[in-house]
Amino acid sequence: MQITESLLWKTLNEIPDPEVPVISIVELGVVRGILIQEDKVVITMTPTYSGCPALKAMEEQIIAKLTAEGVDKIEIKLIYKPAWTTDWLSEETKQRLKDYGIAPPPKLTASHILPMLKDKSLVQCPFCNSLETKLTSQFGSTACKSLHFCNHCHQPFEHFKCH
Amino acid sequence: MINTDSLKSYCLRLGDNSLILGHRLSEWCGHGPVLEEDIAMSNMALDLIGQSRGFLSYAAKLEGKGRTEDDLAYLRDAREFVNCMLVEQPNGDFAFTMMRSFLYSVFAYLNFSKLVNSKDETISGLAEKSLKEIIYHYRHSADWVIRLGDGTTESHQKIQQALDELWSYTDELFEMDEVNEVLIKQGIAFDLKNLRAEWDQLVNEVISKATLKRPGDNIYKSKGGIKGIHTENLGFLLAEMQFLQRAYPGAKW
Repeated sequence: MQITESLLWKTLNEIPDPEVPVISIVELGVVRGILIQEDKVVITMTPTYSGCPALKAMEEQIIAKLTAEGVDKIEIKLIYKPAWTTDWLSEETKQRLKDYGIAPPPKLTASHILPMLKDKSLVQCPFCNSLETKLTSQFGSTACKSLHFCNHCHQPFEHFKCH
Repeated sequence: MINTDSLKSYCLRLGDNSLILGHRLSEWCGHGPVLEEDIAMSNMALDLIGQSRGFLSYAAKLEGKGRTEDDLAYLRDAREFVNCMLVEQPNGDFAFTMMRSFLYSVFAYLNFSKLVNSKDETISGLAEKSLKEIIYHYRHSADWVIRLGDGTTESHQKIQQALDELWSYTDELFEMDEVNEVLIKQGIAFDLKNLRAEWDQLVNEVISKATLKRPGDNIYKSKGGIKGIHTENLGFLLAEMQFLQRAYPGAKW
């Protein structure tokens, strides 16, 4: 079968995020580009967080998946610019996170840096939609999430940090 | 023309700061006072080690001798490390660790805020990434400084002691030499002197909220990390961090 860019995007879109399997690595926005060259396919990726341990797992899965698709030589390039942002998650993806029990990130504002330093804004509970929640910890089970507790339905939950 | 040697030295400084603080925080893994803090410190360690990977691999590429970021992390001796002495100080108690992270992350936050405008594409990209992460470290450590300072008599005394002990290492954050001069002229790095006033303001804001007393400046202030001068603590840290690659060169798993 002829290997085309759109076919490869579709193939990569079938790879779930190793830590949040409800969304794919393409929906997450870490796959930045696919370039088909004469002798190889070059995939450019950007990490969500500098030290994200899932990156290695993603690379391995990309290689496995594309090899199965008949691509012989794959090169994975890591880029840092533009830096990954949660704004690359589509509304549909965010909804899927919420259905999965993870409070999705709000949209970043233009001058987000300073407000973020003081930001204590409330996160909506993904289960009962209440705003009566509190932050348990800014760091959660993965680099991209924080821990919260809902005082209304008494459920602990995770929040995909605005980044 | 871009001075590759200066750029490499500069990347080593940025990378070593993150690597050494990241390693220190990783020592807390499994020893945190509560589960959430154990996770938080491990998360921050991951961020920092990830940042250092970016800077060190760029330094290795600029050097062009076929070394990798791992070679730079595991096979250099203490005198070749160019981190500031603040980050190599042993963890001490939880208050000490939080104060060390706080003093460093205020500086790193200001420094990365400038470096996003660096004319070097790689540095500005890594800075943009690191900045987002360091904001969380800053908030986390500042929260704890306030909570402990404005807490019980014992917690107040411990965090004040941490501040007093670490104060000797704060001037060094702003130390510069000819490497900086060269890169400042090219718009790759920025004058650290210009960060000082803002650092003072942000630090003062938090320590006054924490009801702490800012130490006087008529004490001994360390200098020379960027020249490879360190406290004895770095050697012990490296002995542990580098053990495996030193004992089993080239080991992989």
